Amino acid sequence: MFYKTELSSRLFLGTAQYPSPAILAEAIRASGTEVITVSLRREGPGGGVFRDLIAATGCRVLPNTAGCHSAREAITTAHMAREVFGTNWIKLEVIGHADTLQPDPFALLEAARVLCAEGFEVFPYTTEDLILGEKLIEAGCRVLMPWGAPIGSGQGLRNIEGLRSMRAHFPDIPLVIDAGIGAPSQAAQAMEMGFDAVLLNTAVAKALDPVGMARAFRQAVEAGLAAHRAGLMPRRDMAAASTPIFGMAALA
Amino acid sequence: MRVDVNGMPHEVGATTLSALLDELGFEAPCVATAVDGTFVPRTLRDAHPLSPGARIEILAPMQGG
Repeated sequence: MFYKTELSSRLFLGTAQYPSPAILAEAIRASGTEVITVSLRREGPGGGVFRDLIAATGCRVLPNTAGCHSAREAITTAHMAREVFGTNWIKLEVIGHADTLQPDPFALLEAARVLCAEGFEVFPYTTEDLILGEKLIEAGCRVLMPWGAPIGSGQGLRNIEGLRSMRAHFPDIPLVIDAGIGAPSQAAQAMEMGFDAVLLNTAVAKALDPVGMARAFRQAVEAGLAAHRAGLMPRRDMAAASTPIFGMAALA
Repeated sequence: MRVDVNGMPHEVGATTLSALLDELGFEAPCVATAVDGTFVPRTLRDAHPLSPGARIEILAPMQGG
C-alpha cells in the first residue's frame, strides 16, 4: 500500500527523454505502470500536448521536485505541483551534489517535515541510510525511496548489502528503489529482495526500442515480485546434488 | 512596468498576477505561479499586485523522472 493506494503494477515510470510523445505514450502502455512521474517547468512549445497525453494514460501522477537544491525550493515546487496536478503525492528530491545527484539528507528531512505537516503524501528520494530513513518516517513519510545508484547511471543496485539491511530494518514501510536501474535484471533483483516497487526512467527512455524495453521491465518486475512471494531458496557455499543418489546403478 | 517572467524581462501593463497571465496568453487553469520565490495560489492571483522588478515564475506540467 502506497499511502492507502493499492497498486497492482510495481513499476513506476518516468516520462522524460523519450524520442517522441507517441513513443512515450506507447511505452507507458507497454510497461503496465499505474504511476508516472512528472515535473513542473517553464512551459515550452508542446506543453498542451503533454498535458493531454498524461490525462489519456489514466495513470496516477507523481510530481517530482527534480532539480531543487534547497528545502525552500522543493517546498515551493511541491505547493505548485499540488495545485497543478491536483494530488497530495510528491516525489521529494532535494539534490545535494551536482555530480552524483545524491540527495541532501538534511534539506530532504527539513522539507519532508514541512510537507508532511501540510498534508502532502511524501515519497522521499533518499539513500540507504537507516537513521535518515527513521527520521523521515518520524517526519510523517509512509514510503521511502532509496537510490539504487546515481540518477541516470544505469549501474543497478550499488550497495546490495546496505539495501538488504534497509529492507530488513523497515519491514512495514513500502520501499521503492528509485534511480540507477539500467537493466530489467536489476529491477528483478530489487523485487526479489523484497522491495515493493522500482521507479525508473532513463533505462526505458534511452533504450533503442523504448516500448520493447518498457515491456521487458514489466515482465522483470512481475517476475521479481512473484519470485519474492514464492520464497527464494537459501544460498549455499557448496554444491548439493539435486538428483537422488539412492537407486543409482553400479556402473563403475 | 518591467518584470521578469520565467527568467526573461517583459514590459507589461498588468498590475496583478491574474492580469499578467491574461496579457501574456497563459492558460490560467493549467499553470502554477510563484512571485519572488513564493507560491501564489490560483485563488490569490487576482489580489496579488505586481511591483516593478518582480520575478514571476509560471510553471506547467512537463516530462520528469
